[in-house]
Amino acid sequence: MPVVAMSKTVVRLFERDVRFKISLPVLIALVVFAVLSTFSPYDPRASYYVPINRPPSWSHPFGTNGRGQDLFWIMTFALKNSLIFGLGVAALSRLIAMMVGIIAGYKGGAIDQALILFCDSLIVLPIFPILIFLKLLAKEMSFPMLAIVLAFFGWPWDARLIRSQVLGLRERKFTVTALFSGRSTLGLVFQEYLPHVLPIVFATTINNMLWSLGLEVTLSVLGLTPLDVPTMGTITYWAIQQQALVMGAWWWILFPVLFVILLFTSLYLLFVSMTDFISPQARVVTQ
Amino acid sequence: MGSFIKSFIKYFVGRFVVCLLVIFVGVTITFLIPRLIPGSNPAEIAVRRIQMVGAYLPPESVEKMKDALLKLYGLEGSMIQQYFSYWRGLLKGDLGPSFASFPTPVTSLISKSLPWTAGLLALTATISWCVGTLLGGIASYRGKGLWVRIFEIVSNAVRPIPYYILALVLLVIFAYVLRYFPTGGAFQIGLTPSMSWAFFKSVLKHGFLPALSLIIVGVGAWFINMRNLVSNVIHEDFVVFAKQMRLKESILLRSYVMKAAMPAQLTGLALQLGTVFSGTIITEIVFSYPGLGTLAFTAIMQNDYNLVMGITLYSIVAIAFATLLVDLLLPLVDPRIQYTGGAA
Repeated sequence: MPVVAMSKTVVRLFERDVRFKISLPVLIALVVFAVLSTFSPYDPRASYYVPINRPPSWSHPFGTNGRGQDLFWIMTFALKNSLIFGLGVAALSRLIAMMVGIIAGYKGGAIDQALILFCDSLIVLPIFPILIFLKLLAKEMSFPMLAIVLAFFGWPWDARLIRSQVLGLRERKFTVTALFSGRSTLGLVFQEYLPHVLPIVFATTINNMLWSLGLEVTLSVLGLTPLDVPTMGTITYWAIQQQALVMGAWWWILFPVLFVILLFTSLYLLFVSMTDFISPQARVVTQ
Repeated sequence: MGSFIKSFIKYFVGRFVVCLLVIFVGVTITFLIPRLIPGSNPAEIAVRRIQMVGAYLPPESVEKMKDALLKLYGLEGSMIQQYFSYWRGLLKGDLGPSFASFPTPVTSLISKSLPWTAGLLALTATISWCVGTLLGGIASYRGKGLWVRIFEIVSNAVRPIPYYILALVLLVIFAYVLRYFPTGGAFQIGLTPSMSWAFFKSVLKHGFLPALSLIIVGVGAWFINMRNLVSNVIHEDFVVFAKQMRLKESILLRSYVMKAAMPAQLTGLALQLGTVFSGTIITEIVFSYPGLGTLAFTAIMQNDYNLVMGITLYSIVAIAFATLLVDLLLPLVDPRIQYTGGAA
């Protein structure tokens, strides 16, 4: 039973690894916070429905911002949108990475070389200037569009990882046994290889989310994303744009920054602890 | 010896040709891209700006105005004519006027911002490289002392946080809450750049926070890099052998382990020094530092493509020459690499 095995793994990690023990509850709390957005009494795009720039109080736990929004509720939306964005990029780029990695590793030869060349040329491209430039091309780039663009740039590292895994699997005895027993290629790939590849896919999901969310925050703060959609980046943008620091509205900066730090640190800790668990040799992870 | 010089010259010429080729391709691409973006005609943008203020212009005078502006900007004629005149200007050291702050030449805008970025980048890159490399080498070899562990935890805690947020936190704490440092700029408003102590002090004070944020991130990155490299090196035969020989530990660390990891680290440093254009763009925006990054960002936002091209050109040249320098210097650091082959 995979569910039982998984929960057993979680319990074991929880008991043994401090990093896991810290990061998992924090992440769960953040997800719960994001889910709270469904109960919001306010529309995330509305503004000036509460008095502006009020410090935290009982009726507004995180205070209100200079655009007349309740910071608590707007942040539930921001966190939700950011998480969905990160997961979207991760899912899409994992799909590409798996396809490319498995095909390159299994087929080998010229196809492998061509795919790896493509991978490598994507890896060396400087993503940040390209994104600024793309923004210039498409005057309005929505978040789904941005997610697709990031997914296109986010897969090569992991495709290489998956490829090297598949290269190893192809040489193993069970491949030959399966093929001689009349297993189809697709069946072999999906039923025999996938279980070996999936752990890498899961671990890299988190790493990919860290990467895409980091870019989202940076781009938003520079004002390069649709600023009327609340995300962790855009709410920080508005706080800086409207001089929250000069006005002394510390809560307006503090809560977004605190949540970004919590989110990134807990994701990272979870990632490191999971990679250690999956492959103890790869202690030091590079991206 | 003669053959050495011969092979060196052959190597140098080969690398130099590649370097020039890279610059040529880069210039051509930066020439083409802004011209292919729809709606980025600088004359149209300038006219639109006038119309936005509310002035009514009859259509024929709009056309006339556009033509006059294009002539002023040096953008008349076909794409190929423009391309050649661009190269002609380039070889004379003239990059044309900036469109957004016409008629200031691009070169004077760049030369005003370049020193700030170059100084910031060179200083922080060197400091963080030295500290990170040394600590990384010592840490991975000596194993887990208390300080090493503390440093490791801190650098791992900083790693996942987006650089922008880190810089913002520093800015808020030190400039707004504690008020130790100014909130932006490169020197006190009202001071004129001179060689005086007051000006120097002001520059130091304004540059401290941007530098600190870059150093924090940089040291952590170099530390992790070096640790990865060294943890591979210490399992190599020559290190194991030297250990068996009971070589003094300091010598082993310096001339065996660290030395073997040095070429990769040096390459990284040189390449980082080449990123004058994009290396500190976010730092400059957070701390409103008047460097090349801020200049590039506003140029892109204002569609000032002469300026974008000028900055890109500088950065292409910087990166091309940084790689050339690395290629030439590496054989001196690492005897395993030799001056052989041409443009490989």
